[in-house]
Parts: sequence; structure tokens; C-alpha cells
Amino acid sequence: MADRSSPVYESGEADRLPAHDHEVYNAIAQESDFRELRRRYGSFAFPATIAFMTWYLLYVICNNWARGFMNIEVLPNINVALVWGLLQFVSTFAIAYFYARHARKSLDPLATKLRDEFDRETGR
Amino acid sequence: MNTAMLVPLATGNRALTISLFLAVVAVTLYITFWASRHSKTAADYYAGGRSFSGFQNGLAVSGDYMSAASFLGISGAIALYGYDGFLYSIGFLVAWLVALLLIAELLRNSGRYTMADQLAYRMRQIPVRSAAAISTIVVSIFYLLAQMVGAGALVGLLLGVTSPALKNFVIVLVGVLMIIYVTFGGMKGTTWVQIVKAVLLMLGTVLITFLVLVQFGFNLSELLGVAAEKSGKGEAFLQPGLLYGKDLAGKFDFLSLSLALVLGTAGLPHILIRFYTTPTAVAARKSVLWAIGLIGSFYLMTLVLGFGAAALVPTGQGSQIQTSAGNAASPLLAEAVGGGEGTIGGSILLALISAVAFATILAVVAGLTLTSASSVAHDLYANVFKKGQASERSELIVVRIAAFGIGAISILLAIPAQRLNIAFLVALAFAVAASANLPALLYNLFWKRFNTMGAIFSIYGGLIMAVLLVTFSPVVSGTPTSLFPNADFDWFPLRNPGLISIPFGFLCGIVGTLISKETHPAERHDELAVRALTGAGAEKAVAH
Repeated sequence: MADRSSPVYESGEADRLPAHDHEVYNAIAQESDFRELRRRYGSFAFPATIAFMTWYLLYVICNNWARGFMNIEVLPNINVALVWGLLQFVSTFAIAYFYARHARKSLDPLATKLRDEFDRETGR
Repeated sequence: MNTAMLVPLATGNRALTISLFLAVVAVTLYITFWASRHSKTAADYYAGGRSFSGFQNGLAVSGDYMSAASFLGISGAIALYGYDGFLYSIGFLVAWLVALLLIAELLRNSGRYTMADQLAYRMRQIPVRSAAAISTIVVSIFYLLAQMVGAGALVGLLLGVTSPALKNFVIVLVGVLMIIYVTFGGMKGTTWVQIVKAVLLMLGTVLITFLVLVQFGFNLSELLGVAAEKSGKGEAFLQPGLLYGKDLAGKFDFLSLSLALVLGTAGLPHILIRFYTTPTAVAARKSVLWAIGLIGSFYLMTLVLGFGAAALVPTGQGSQIQTSAGNAASPLLAEAVGGGEGTIGGSILLALISAVAFATILAVVAGLTLTSASSVAHDLYANVFKKGQASERSELIVVRIAAFGIGAISILLAIPAQRLNIAFLVALAFAVAASANLPALLYNLFWKRFNTMGAIFSIYGGLIMAVLLVTFSPVVSGTPTSLFPNADFDWFPLRNPGLISIPFGFLCGIVGTLISKETHPAERHDELAVRALTGAGAEKAVAH
């Protein structure tokens, strides 16, 4: 069990951990492997978030203010609005798939390595 | 939804429908008692022992998320308003990318039982936990009330019951069942109830979708054409504009709603705590991937159900679909594709879909009750009131008392609320989640300087702004469909507050952080980042 006696309770949950855990966490935070993990995570998650939010909001805005365009029929009874709506499904599935692949290939091996190191150092 | 106007569905198969309802109740109660025998520790109760696989939790997440409002409501909205009815489901689905990319894995690694756990990791516990607990409870109770009032109306509709006394009885029954699931089954029982519901919902939806598509030779264009023609609205039925954005305020209102839907999901406490039920962050990721697949295919099928209902069931003035505000669309469509009213096939399918809707209600209310009870016991009782010194045993007693109390309060509130138009509470819950919870969660994970004051400002700021704006909107007063139709204090023109309250919540987080004098060690953020991204020191599954 974590050491609960020393710091005041008002501080965060993290402050209940044994002092050695803090040292290990902070040592890992300085490692190049961790910096690389953080960079790889951010390099996918943030641009992808901006991309799908823009793509979605553009669709919402066109529903409001570009109805002439949305009403163009591409096939009988199937207009741009419906196709774009269905494309939101396609893009959601695609981003989910590519993120899963990125995470499996580029993030998980580094995360596992660092986690093992933490377990070794803290004796878990 | 005006419950007084509901016309009951065909009553010839009431016995069959009631038997299927009872079967749902029996199966879920069996699961609950099985789960109660296998739940011992706090991690069992709050997080199902963290032993659910990615696929199991993916089903449970879907079961938790797809409420009766999305099952009956979205197909009904499509049946009545065509293309515009489909728009709700797109926001509901795209929202899962926020959960996948920014929240699920990091939360699984850095929290324990509640949303507040994650925020309290590097902040002053008492103020941050109190704020997060209040927001959790407010969001969950709003959502819960909408579900319970909906349950009274829906079960009344499905069973062909119009008497107010019987609707009250249904609300009490749903309330008592959810109290039993949550008090005895905890997260384990609730999760299995949600898994069973998700499987039933998917099977039922696949069956009806298939039967509709058969009638149109799997030709979507023909289905849409017939739907547009039968709707009496022609081409406009397939175009934007029948439901949203009729005037300028309406256009901004739709934008506001869309923002809340897409950003709210990843801040809904009852969704967030589901990520704690998996053994690892990788399993949490897999559960979101499964959820995206399941929820996405479900909403694609509701498109067929909605247009199918418009094509095959009368939707004009005075029709049952009109008077039920769309909720009868899926059940009536099931009856129609099963052979029509009075046929054996039609009766069986109608009863089946009604039972699926009933299971849907039960699974969602159980998840919401568990979420708020967990926050009362773990955040308010154990960590704020007892300052972290509560024994696990006392915490597990308090969580059950809390579940009972929340269930009782929601029954007492839902019965009088039936006379009020409270369907807006679901959208409000999403708006609060996006304005109060999401900013705090994202800043905590990604902004080193973020501190206690910032967390408190963003949570209370977003929460209060969202609730205030709705209070002064046409939802509450000023129109015949308002909560108080005779009062008139609607100076805020939008029904959805998100457009203002979401940026306001994010801004409050920045202001609070910058004005605070709290000296905040940067190492604590590094620690949280290591923990969130690698899972080092994260809670492990319970060994059995």
C-alpha cells in the first residue's frame, strides 16, 4: 500500500505514492524513448483530431449554409448530403483503423518497454 | 415528447410482449445474482475486476451508449423528417474518435474508478474531486431522468397502456430493477446486462434491416425514392432543412447541437468509467474500436429503418408515428415487415422489438445509476468526507446506499416529470459533458501548467454556463413546447448551449490556471504523462 502518512491529504493522489516511484517516473520522463513515444502519439492524435473535427464541422456548416450544393443528386434519389453523411462513417472507420495500426506498430512496443522498466525499478 | 398523446400500438399480442419483457427481466436478474456472488473487492464492484476483454467491453460500451432515444428516437426522426433525422447519429458516431484518440487509453492508465480519480492525480484532491463528482452526478441524473420518463412513455406505447397509473408503475418497476442491478451486481452485473442488451439490439436491428432491404431488392435508391414519395414531402424529404436550420437561430442551434454531440461523448462519466473495466490500455483501445464498429453499423441500419418506416408505414397527420413523435416507427416497421397487423409474423416481430427496446432502457439506466453512486461513494464519501481514510468495506456499503438513494430520488422525480417536456435533458447532458468535463480532462493530460484552480474553473464554469443558458432558452420558457409554456424569460435564442458554453469551459480552465498562485511541480505532470502513455503503475486486473 502506498505511504499515506507523509504529505497532507489536500495534495494530489500522486503524492501518496512512495518517494521512489516519483524518482522512477521522473527518470522515465527524461528518457529519449519516452520522448519518442510522446512525439509519436502526438504526431498522430493531434493532427487526426484537427482533421476529423474540421471535416465534420464543414459538413455541419454545409447542411446549414450550402444547401444548393448538398441537394445536387449524384445518383437517383442520392444527393451530395447523403453521400457526405455516409462518408463521415467511412472517415470515422478509417481513422479508427489507422490509429489502431499506428498504435500497435509504433506506440505499444515503446510503451511496453518503458512499463517493464518501471516495474523492474519499483519491484512490481 | 408529449406522453398524453401517445396512441397505444396493437394490443392483440400484449401477452406475447409481456412474456418477452418478463424474460428480459428474468435473464438480467439472473446475471445480477451471478455477478453479486463473484464481486468481493472494490475493484470488482467499481470496475468489474478490470477483467473484461476488449470485445466484451466494446459490446458493453455500445450497450451503455445506444439508448432508447437512439434506437427508437433516431429511426423515428428519420421516418418523420427524412435526411435531417440522420444527422444526430453522425455526431454520435464521430464523437467516438475523440474518445479513441485522446481519452480512452490515457484515462485507463491514469485513473482508478471514477472520472475524478484522473483529475485528482496531480491536483488538490478535495476541491477537484468535489467539482468532478458534482458534474458527474448532474450529467448522470439529467440523462437518467430523461431515460426514466422516456421508459414510462415507451413501455406504455409498446404494451398498449394509456393509464397514468400504469405508466407510474412502469417507472417504479424500471427504477426498482436498476437499483437491484446496481446494488447487487455492481459493475460486473451492469456490464453483463449491457452486453446482453447490445447483442439483442444488434440482432433485432440486423433482422429488421434485412427484411426491409429484401422488400426493396437491396436497392437504396429505390427505398429512398419510395420513402420520399410516401412521406408526402417529395424531394425535400431527402434534403437538409426539414428539422434543423429553418431560420438563422435554427442554423446556429444545429451547429451548437452538433458541437455538443461530437465533444460530449468523451466527457460522459458513464462512458468514461467503462474504460476502467479492461485489464490494459490496449484492451481499452480495442473496446473503443469495437464500439465504433458496432455503433457505426447500428446507425447505418437505423437509416434503413427510418426510411423503411417512412416507405412502409403511414407517417402522415394523425398516424401513430406522428402522435408518438417518431418512437413507434421501429416497432411498427417490425410489424409491417413481419407480415402486417394481425399476422403471426407481425405480432412476433413487434413483440421482439419491444422487448429489445425494454432491455435497452434497463441497460442504460443501470449504467447511469452505477456511475453516480460510484462517484458519491468513492469521490464524495471516501475521499472528500473521510479524506481517503474510509475502509473498503464502508465504501462498499455507502455505494449501495447511494445507488438506492439515487434510484429512489429518480423515481420520485420522474413521476411528476412525465407531465413536462424533458427530452432536452439528453442534449443538455452532452453539452455539460463537453463544456465542463472534457476541458478539464484534456488540460490535465496535455497541459503541464494546468492546476487545481484551472480544473475547478473549467468544471464549474462549463457546468453553470450550460445550465444557465438552457434555463433562459426557449427550451424552458416562451414557446408552447417549453418546460414552462406560460412563463416568458427566454432571452437566449438557442435551444443548445454548446456553441457558447464549450468555448467558455475551455476559457475558464485557462483563466483559472493563470490566476492561481499555486506552485505546481512540473514533475507531477511528467509523472501523469508517463503513467498515461505507458501504463507504468496503472491499476491491474483483479486476479481470481
